[in-house]
Amino acid sequence: MTNDQSATPNSLMNGPDGRGHFGMYGGRFVAETLMPLILSLEDAYEAAKLDQSFIDELEYLRTYYAGRPSVLYHAERITEHFGGAKVYFKRDELNHTGSHKINNCLGQILLAKRMGKTRIIAETGAGQHGVAVATVAARFNLPCTVFMGATDVERQKPNVFRMKLLGAEIRPVTAGRGTLKDAMNEALRDWVTNVDDTFYIIGTAAGPHPYPAMVRDFQSVIGNEVKEQMIAAEGRLPDSLVACIGGGSNAIGLFHPFLDDKEVDIYGVEAAGRGLDGPDHAASLNGGEPGVLHGNRTYLLQDDDGQIVEGHSISAGLDYPGIGPEHAWLKDVGRVNYVAATDKEALEAFQLCSKLEGIIPALEPSHALAYVAKLAPTLPKEHLLVMNLCGRGDKDVFAVAEHLGVEI
Amino acid sequence: MTDMTRIDACFANLKAQGRGALVTFITAGDPSYDVGLEVLLALPDAGADVVELGMPFSDPMADGPAIQLASERALKAGQTMRKTLAMAASFREKHRDVPLVLMGYYNPIYHYGPEKFVLDAKAAGVDGLIVVDVPPEADDELCLPALAQGLNFIRLATPTTDDERLPVVLQNTSGFLYYVSMTGITGAGALDVSRVHENVARIKTQTDLPVVVGFGVKSADQVADIASGADGAVVGSAIVSEIEANLDERGVAREGLVDKVKTLISNLAQGVRS
Repeated sequence: MTNDQSATPNSLMNGPDGRGHFGMYGGRFVAETLMPLILSLEDAYEAAKLDQSFIDELEYLRTYYAGRPSVLYHAERITEHFGGAKVYFKRDELNHTGSHKINNCLGQILLAKRMGKTRIIAETGAGQHGVAVATVAARFNLPCTVFMGATDVERQKPNVFRMKLLGAEIRPVTAGRGTLKDAMNEALRDWVTNVDDTFYIIGTAAGPHPYPAMVRDFQSVIGNEVKEQMIAAEGRLPDSLVACIGGGSNAIGLFHPFLDDKEVDIYGVEAAGRGLDGPDHAASLNGGEPGVLHGNRTYLLQDDDGQIVEGHSISAGLDYPGIGPEHAWLKDVGRVNYVAATDKEALEAFQLCSKLEGIIPALEPSHALAYVAKLAPTLPKEHLLVMNLCGRGDKDVFAVAEHLGVEI
Repeated sequence: MTDMTRIDACFANLKAQGRGALVTFITAGDPSYDVGLEVLLALPDAGADVVELGMPFSDPMADGPAIQLASERALKAGQTMRKTLAMAASFREKHRDVPLVLMGYYNPIYHYGPEKFVLDAKAAGVDGLIVVDVPPEADDELCLPALAQGLNFIRLATPTTDDERLPVVLQNTSGFLYYVSMTGITGAGALDVSRVHENVARIKTQTDLPVVVGFGVKSADQVADIASGADGAVVGSAIVSEIEANLDERGVAREGLVDKVKTLISNLAQGVRS
């Protein structure tokens, strides 16, 4: 696995502690029914991490099923266009299922099998995680139920159909406003009801311990590959890393292996929606406060009474009022710069990338690219910048057409 | 805790009477502050022995549809933590001896400030807290500050709480233990009374605390069945559904809502009194 770096006392890579805390964040805030299961999941994960057969099987699946390693691509025309830093894309959109989500799902389904679980559940927003879960559930012949907000079911029809083709059952969630956070609530309700046989594959580096650490470890394949690939390409580490942040799994996967490389600047890009000065954004770190939801303490979008408010983003995958707890901690200790890009900036980046590089990015990494557009021109040509292109944009073409006022 | 709390006194008294407790749950501010308060104040005279007042939350992960909707109605009507504490204080003014327990989720408390919350709750006359998503592993967050103020901290035990884990759950629990009748959410499923009784008996080998049973208890007969092998039964979703059934299309209380709820409580109370 990826998190075996020597535990030096001042390392930023040692977290979480035994209670699942990253500083004051993280933890295990779940109902008693789930506690014994969460504790046994932690044991199972700790054992699997050290088990060579688990490591080998995951490695095999990454290589021959997901198609890893994904390439590190020098985006020449984007570089030329911005006229500053040398921009590389980590092409995680080339993975099977079209995003980084498969990295985590392969790890978790192997763990589910190991624990003898016979049923898989998951939540999904845009449907990228749902598709990745449905994919591995099909591959491992386990029945799978995906909870998806009723609003998202409507706006993400192609992914709903993909999941059905893969054999998953879709449960539209009408509670609350019918988006990702409500889907996660409903998945937790299902889990508490079917705790004996069911494994919950959480899609982002959040939730009760050990999920944030486990998902990070499974996603760290991204950063570990970047390290090797950049050394092979340029003979040194990159100077800066940029990734978009919803719950933050692709970002922590890229960032984590570099946390102790102090010379590497790191940027996480949140969804500023219609602007951080109003309520219509999904920037938990830039516009939220610490709180407790979905099993962990982290930054949350909430009102004056501690009620969770809905995020807004053009990207359904960033539209979540929370954030992984390790990001909350990395913000507080100042290791990562958390910035934001608006819907409009992301839409522009989406089109730019399509035209200049012949790559249609998902709206999520379009936020990362929107920030690269600001950052890269300020940097010298020898500056090596890596952006995680964590998903492809096929799923978004209808939404983008609508925003651009184009009828397909 | 050495001082006897209202909860301790209540269960001692019921034990002397040879009957179990009817524990009732409503969500604070459902369907509005005024009607909700009227319902709350009416519960003891209608037959409730212990009153649980839900602190509404936007994301009630352990609750089924009935209580989810109650939370939504209350929040939509403008309920806040401050108002919930004010309701508690009004309850205490009218009912000096009836135990009042606040139940809910951690984030609104965390946002209010746990230290301030336990002080204000105590001052409002609250006797205990049930906070679903703060497990014993996080006792320093809220449980220990609550105990220090003389509040009972009531923990849930569930069918997945095995003999090995039970001592962890019991360690700082006081007042009573809330046994969750099934793996699931509030208001769900069919009760398996004999399994519940087995589990309550198992728990009672490890504690002298009263054990009450909730989740899925809906009728006077179920209350009676449960109470025959436990120290009380909790009814929540059924009461909240009665409130819902007496709202008009705009969510406003229909004439007679409070009486309907009182009738339901009186009926449920027969389960521990006949």
